[in-house]
Amino acid sequence: MSKFKKKANVKQDIPTSSMPDVVFMLLFFFMVTTELRETAIDVQQRIPEATQLRKLQRKSLVTNLYIGEPRKTEQYGKEAKIQAEDVFIEPKDIILWVNRQKDLLAENERDQLTVALKVDNETKRGVIADVESELRKANARKILYTTLQKKEAEK
Amino acid sequence: MPRSTPEIPNASMADIAFLLLTFFLVTTTISNDRGLSIQLPPPPEVQQEDVKIQEHNMFKIQVNSSDNLLVEGEPMTDVSGLKEQIKKFILNRGSDPTQSDSPEKAIVSYKTDRGTSHKRFIQILDLIQAAYYDIYADQAGVTNQRFREAASDPSDPENKAIYDKGRAGIPMQISIAEPTKVGN
Repeated sequence: MSKFKKKANVKQDIPTSSMPDVVFMLLFFFMVTTELRETAIDVQQRIPEATQLRKLQRKSLVTNLYIGEPRKTEQYGKEAKIQAEDVFIEPKDIILWVNRQKDLLAENERDQLTVALKVDNETKRGVIADVESELRKANARKILYTTLQKKEAEK
Repeated sequence: MPRSTPEIPNASMADIAFLLLTFFLVTTTISNDRGLSIQLPPPPEVQQEDVKIQEHNMFKIQVNSSDNLLVEGEPMTDVSGLKEQIKKFILNRGSDPTQSDSPEKAIVSYKTDRGTSHKRFIQILDLIQAAYYDIYADQAGVTNQRFREAASDPSDPENKAIYDKGRAGIPMQISIAEPTKVGN
């Protein structure tokens, strides 16, 4: 019986003195990596997956267009919409929009503007083709189809 | 007489830090600037007159409005072999008269329909680009991933060397045609 009565003389509490340090470290990580969201995205964004991703180096040269089915279908219908900044735009407005984006850049960088198309999986190709033909007219010809990294990497 | 040292109470420090941490956790969006990059052709009015392209220099991939695939006129359901087929086509160098004369002349033509889904479009475009990047990486003697990193950041001279070596003599010619209008 004495075997069971024996109590291990070990401290049982977790040392908490270093907790603020740990938390601060996490805090700094999130503070550094964070990017406050400027726009609420009102279209569905189920981003497709691919393997051959390229990374964009200069974030200042990238501007986003979101394309997909609106989240509020009762208000905007089921047809895929194009969102730039905060508003839905029509394909014919894209030239104007691109020129406004180019005005924000320095003069020598204007031709390097890259448009990142964040397109939902189920969007039909027709809408995207309309956007592309407008982008060609607006002379913003660098395009990036935003995708996620496919999990199983094939060699 | 012993002076009491002034002290800031630090028991609540962890609480404050947790509060800030929670705030950043909730508001954070880790930005995703990665994807498939392409260059669009110049607008139609600037374009020069059509250049005649020989039939065998073109590798035709078509996708219809119900996402079915047609490769060189043959229906295809399993895409796993498509990458190798494209690589063979580009690196043919005239040995098979039904395929490309040289990598410079080889064009991969990719035509979709207005009803094709974006998911399918990306899947096939990914395969075409994979074929090209594999060829470039082989030629530069690095892995596919290393080559793409180099291509993304050509400002570094070492990356530039890899990029130029890989691309030498093999332009990436993917022609994405205006979609047909069956679906939508």
